[in-house]
Amino acid sequence: MPTKEIAGVSVEVDGEGFLTDHKIWNLDLAAAIAKEEGIDPLTDRHVEVLNFMRKEFEENGTAPSIRKMNKLNIVPTKELYALFPGGPAKKAAKIAGLGKPQGCI
Amino acid sequence: MKKLLILGAGTAGTMMLNKMESVLDKEEWDITIVDQYETHYYQPGFLFIPFGIYNRRDVIKPKRDFFPPGVNVIFSKIDLIEADKNQVILDGGKVLSYDILLVATGTKINPGETDGMQEGGWHKNIFDFYTVEGAVALQQFLKYWEGGKMVLNIVEMPIKCPVAPLEFVFLADWWFTEQGIRDKVEIEFVTPLPGAFTKPKASKVFGEFLNKKGVSLTPEFSTGRVDWKNNKLVSWDETSIDYDLLITIPTNMGDDLIARSGLGDELNFIPTDKFTLQSQANDNIFVIGDATNLPSSKAGSVAHFQADILQDNLLSYIDGKPLRGKFDGHANCYIESGFGKGILIDFNYETEPLPGKFPLPGVGPFSLLEETRMNHYGKMMFRWMYWNLLLKGAELPIESHMLMAGKRA
Repeated sequence: MPTKEIAGVSVEVDGEGFLTDHKIWNLDLAAAIAKEEGIDPLTDRHVEVLNFMRKEFEENGTAPSIRKMNKLNIVPTKELYALFPGGPAKKAAKIAGLGKPQGCI
Repeated sequence: MKKLLILGAGTAGTMMLNKMESVLDKEEWDITIVDQYETHYYQPGFLFIPFGIYNRRDVIKPKRDFFPPGVNVIFSKIDLIEADKNQVILDGGKVLSYDILLVATGTKINPGETDGMQEGGWHKNIFDFYTVEGAVALQQFLKYWEGGKMVLNIVEMPIKCPVAPLEFVFLADWWFTEQGIRDKVEIEFVTPLPGAFTKPKASKVFGEFLNKKGVSLTPEFSTGRVDWKNNKLVSWDETSIDYDLLITIPTNMGDDLIARSGLGDELNFIPTDKFTLQSQANDNIFVIGDATNLPSSKAGSVAHFQADILQDNLLSYIDGKPLRGKFDGHANCYIESGFGKGILIDFNYETEPLPGKFPLPGVGPFSLLEETRMNHYGKMMFRWMYWNLLLKGAELPIESHMLMAGKRA
């Protein structure tokens, strides 16, 4: 596995820069990854969404879909696209320290 | 008497009815199937209706033609599945109890999920071809269309038959050529996926086909709404695409019954073990076909491969034994590519579509990931197989599990 220096720490990532171990995640890492993805600063609202995604991941083994977060009133889809421009499913999962979302067939 | 109850008499439900009727002891088991509609649709045929290759009458037969004698058939809407009480309530209040429930309620398009989709432009210059009504309305529209910009759009994944949108634009390229107006039609393929298809090798091959046929590809477009007054498709991040004619694959969702019964995920698909087809929440509920949340394609061929596995697993379950049948995600799709040719793909959970020969390694007669005339004949011949063999649960000359023999990695 390639390693990468993020926020001053050397961490393991996959070929596309997703953390391979979601347990090492913390807010400093999140802010640094967000910056690379063009999101700066990381606001409380961002963090609220990231925390929900991480909780879902711990419980179900997968990151929640955009539709699920909209349905559960966590974040409306329109706002999610504004928070994580250009592909929230992938971008938010990356910043949340989760693996790349499984594509559908 | 013990009771097997099947909900839904589409492709998957009808196959399972025939398969279980042939193996269960009639002295011991009472089999019932419930569906709200009396007409069976050959859904792969919908694709051909807009181009006048098939008409409505070519894709319908009465469901009763495919039910074996000696089973109970109920045509009714279903109000609720009460999993904790092992019973199903029909519209009007009739209660059906079960020992084993098999859910095969499928998926359908929900254009209402996208703002502006089903309003003033619906079936005027915005069409689906996943319903017989949409396909017939589009045939009528295309007959008199003089050209302009046609946009095909997939709103979100997953969708039933993920190759159908590609087939539609391939056929459209051919059809507009035949009509002598290809130079007056611009075709754009708009998808939320990063490329023409989900799997890398096939995505590359199909991307090249789109290019060859003069279809432009717009990937990673997440449809937010349709501005039907100004003929614009608008993404969640406010980029927009103009159209004169919009062919849309709306959001696909499982039946509302699943949501009402509290058995589904956010798209009303039922969380199901991807190998055994047992529902994750209830041991005596099994799920097959498009109604599952499996990461496999939603298609008749997939339901057919699942049916073989599920038949084994239901018998093991009845005997109180572990479920040994393991579905591998096998899918097999004939893709109509226009001008009398077709492409074939064969894949599963682990193996993406690869080139090679099928079903006989090195021989064929079909070619994988290649465009041939023989593949087109395979597609057209399939309708006969569907009505005469597949629905009746007969064996087909294709293994349920995908085979690597004949494929080039």
